[in-house]
Amino acid sequence: MVAQETRLPKLLLSIVILLVVLGVLILAFAAIGNKDSGIPTAVNAVLVLIVGIGGIWAFYWSGNNVAEQSGEQNRNKVVAYFYVFPAIFILGVYLVYPAVRTIILSFFDRTGDSFVGLQNYAFLFSNPKMLVTLRNTLLWVLVVPSVTVSLGLVIAVLVDKLHPTTEKIVKAFIFLPMAISFVGAGVIFRFVYYKAPFGNEIGILNALRLSMGNEAIAWLIQEPWNNFLLMIIMIWLQTGFCMVILSSAIKNVPSELDEAATIDGAGPVRIFFQITIPYIKNSLIMVSTTVLFLVLKAFDIVFVMTSGDYNTDVVASAMYDQTFQQGNYGVGSALAVLLFIFVVPFVIQNIRNMRESGV
Amino acid sequence: MPKRKWSLPTMAVVIAILMVSLVWTGCGQQEPEEAANPEYTSNPYTDGEDLSGTTVNIFGAFVDVDAERFEASMIPFEEATGIDIVYEGSGDFETLVRVRAEGGDPPDIAVFPQPGLMADLTRQGYIEDVSGWLGMDYLQQQYSDAWLDLSLVDDIYAGVWYRANLKSLVWYNVPVFEDEGYEIPETWDELIALSDQMVADGYFPWSITMESSGATGWVATDWVEDIMLRTAGAEAYDAWVAGDLPFNSPEVNEALDYLDEIFFNEDYVVGGTDAILTVPFGDGPNALLQDPPAALMHRQANFITGFFPEGGAEIEQGMIDYFYLPPIKEELGSPVLGAGDIYSPMADRPEVRAAIRFLSTGLSTKAWVEAGGFVAVQNDASLDWYPSQVERGYAEIILAADTFRFDASDLMPGAVGAGTFWTGMVDYINGKGANRGAILDSIDESFPQ
Repeated sequence: MVAQETRLPKLLLSIVILLVVLGVLILAFAAIGNKDSGIPTAVNAVLVLIVGIGGIWAFYWSGNNVAEQSGEQNRNKVVAYFYVFPAIFILGVYLVYPAVRTIILSFFDRTGDSFVGLQNYAFLFSNPKMLVTLRNTLLWVLVVPSVTVSLGLVIAVLVDKLHPTTEKIVKAFIFLPMAISFVGAGVIFRFVYYKAPFGNEIGILNALRLSMGNEAIAWLIQEPWNNFLLMIIMIWLQTGFCMVILSSAIKNVPSELDEAATIDGAGPVRIFFQITIPYIKNSLIMVSTTVLFLVLKAFDIVFVMTSGDYNTDVVASAMYDQTFQQGNYGVGSALAVLLFIFVVPFVIQNIRNMRESGV
Repeated sequence: MPKRKWSLPTMAVVIAILMVSLVWTGCGQQEPEEAANPEYTSNPYTDGEDLSGTTVNIFGAFVDVDAERFEASMIPFEEATGIDIVYEGSGDFETLVRVRAEGGDPPDIAVFPQPGLMADLTRQGYIEDVSGWLGMDYLQQQYSDAWLDLSLVDDIYAGVWYRANLKSLVWYNVPVFEDEGYEIPETWDELIALSDQMVADGYFPWSITMESSGATGWVATDWVEDIMLRTAGAEAYDAWVAGDLPFNSPEVNEALDYLDEIFFNEDYVVGGTDAILTVPFGDGPNALLQDPPAALMHRQANFITGFFPEGGAEIEQGMIDYFYLPPIKEELGSPVLGAGDIYSPMADRPEVRAAIRFLSTGLSTKAWVEAGGFVAVQNDASLDWYPSQVERGYAEIILAADTFRFDASDLMPGAVGAGTFWTGMVDYINGKGANRGAILDSIDESFPQ
C-alpha cells in the first residue's frame, strides 16, 4: 500500500514528462517542416537528425517511464500500447486516411468538387477504353500468375533432379532477372521488341526475324498480342522467384513419402500430382498471391513500354493516366477503389492460410 | 528485482536538448542581416533591395541541353542580384506540378508549356497575378497583345511569356535538294507534287516519328492543328479549341483527309505507320541526317534542333534547313502554329518578383538565343542576337504570320488535350484511318462540358 501511494506522484510526473516531450516534438517538427523558417539548410539537416532520432528515443523513454510507474499488472500492457501506437498512427495517416479519401473522391467529379454518385463507376464499365483496360487487367491476372507459377514449379522439379552444383548454377541464372527493376526490364525489352525504321536493325527479335528472311514487325503495336508481349516481361522477372520458393518447398517433401508411393507402384507423374503438389499447396498459394499482387500493381512495365497506348492499358496505369495526366480525380479514384475491392478477398485468403499454417 | 533507473538528470538533459534545438530554430529567423551590398542593389529587378543569398526555385519540363542553356541565360540576373536561380526539370512536369501544388510544395516559379494546365492551376488559386507586380504599362511595352492575351486567365495575368516554339516548319535535307534541283514548295499542292517527285526519284519524302512515352500522340495532334489552321481558318480553330466545333465536324474531317494523304502513304513515310508510332519523336530528324538520307523532309517545331546528333551544328554545316509549312487555302493566308513557355509565379516573395521581372526582359533570353534553338517573345529581344540567319528566320516567320495560334491540344481541357486527342490519334494511325468516325465521336464524348 505504501508503495502504491509513493508511486502515484511519480506516475503523474512521468505522464507530465511524456506530454512535455510530445509537445516539444510537435513544435520541433513544425519548425523543421516550415520552409520559410529561415533556418539554414545545413542546420536544419542537423536538427532533423537530432529531433528525429533523439525525439523518438525521448518518446519511447518517457513512455517506458509511464509504464514502469503504472504497476506490475498494467506494465506490460502499457508498454505494448506505447510501442504499437506509432505504427498504428503512421498506418492511419498514410494508409487508412488516403484509402478513405480515395473512396470518397471516387464519388465526386474530376476536380473533387461536386458529388456525382456512381457516375465514375458507370464510366469504368461503359467507356470502351476502360472496358479494354479491365479486359487487359483480367488477362494479366489470369495469365501471369498461372504461367509463372507453373513454369517455376516445373523448373523447380526438374532442377531438383540435377547434380547439386549444376542445380545451383541453373537456379542462379533463372533467379537473376529478379534483381532487375520493372523499369529496367522495360528498357531491356524495348530493345528486344524494337523495330528500326531505317538503317541497321537493333531490335533483337526483328534482327532474328530478318536473318531468317522474314519481315520485321513493330511488336508493341500489334493488338491484342502486345498485351502478351508485356506479360512475358513480368513472367521473365518473376519465374525465378516462384522457382526458388517452390524448390525449397519440394525439398521439404519427406523422401519416405516418395519411396512409399514408389513401392505402392505410383509413377513419377502420379507422385508429382498426388504427393508433391498437395504437400506444397501452401507455398503454391503463397507464391500465386504474391505474383497476383505484383500483377495488379503492374504499372511500370506498361508505362515504360507503351504508356497504355495500343490498347495495353491496365488498371494501375490507367489510374495514373486519369489522375495525373488528365487531372480526372474521380475516375482515377474509382479505378483505385476497383483495384482495392478486387484485392481484398485475396488478402483475406492469404491471411487465413497463414493462420492455418501457424505462421 | 532491480529497481529501474529513474534519473531525473537524464530526463532534464533530454528536455534541455530539445528546448535548445527549438530556441535555436527560433533564433535562425533573427540572424543579423548583412549590411546592404551596393553590388546587389543597383539593378533593375529588385527595387534597390539586397536580396542576395536568397533562392528562387524554377520547375519546368525541359531538361538536358535546354536546362543548361536556361541556367546560362540566368547568369546575368544572378550576378546582378546575388539571387540564386535553381532550375529543376522533369519529363513528368505536367503530373508533378499538379501534385506539388496540391501537396503544398509548389515551386516558386513553374514553367508551363501548356496554357491549359496553367489556366487550371490559376483558377484553383495557385498562381500569382503578375500585372500587379509589373504594371500593365510595362507588360504592354514588353509583349505584343497576342501574347498578353494568351497569359490572361479570367482577370489574372498568370505569368510572363519567355520562349516561343514555332511548329509550322518542315526540315529538309539540303544536299539532296540541291543535287536534285528541288524547289522549296510555296503551296500545299507543290508540297505534295514535290513528295511525288521524290518518290519517283527513289527517295522516301517524309520521316514522321511520334513516340513520346506518356505523351505519345502530340506530334500527330500538331499536324492536325497545323492543317486545321490552313483549311478551316483561325475562327473555326478557336471554336474547335473551345469545344464549340466538334471533332466529328466536316472541318476536322477535312483536316484529317490531308493528314491521311501523307501519313498513310507507304511510299511517302519511311518505315510506314510502324515507324510513325514506335520511333521516339527525337529520332525523327536522324533519317534526314543519315548518309545517304533515309528520308528528305520532317515536319517538326524549331526545338527539334536540340535533338540533332550534333545539337544543331548540322544547320551551319549545310546539311539540313527548314521551310515554312506552306498554306493550303489561299484565302486563309499564312498561319503559324506555335507554342511557348510561360513562367508563372506560385509564390510571392521579393526575390520571386525580381526573377519574374527579369524573365520579362529580352536580356533574360540572350544567352539562350545566342546558343540557338530559341525564339524570344519579349519585344526588347534583339534580332541581332540570333546566331544565324536560320534562327533569325524563325522570328521573321512569326512576324510575317497572318495568324498565330497556340497549340490546340495545349489549350483544350487536359482530358482531351493530354488525353483522348493524343490516344485517339495513336489509335487512328494504328488503325490506318479506318476507325476515324468512332475515334472522333469518342473524343467529342470525352470533351468536358
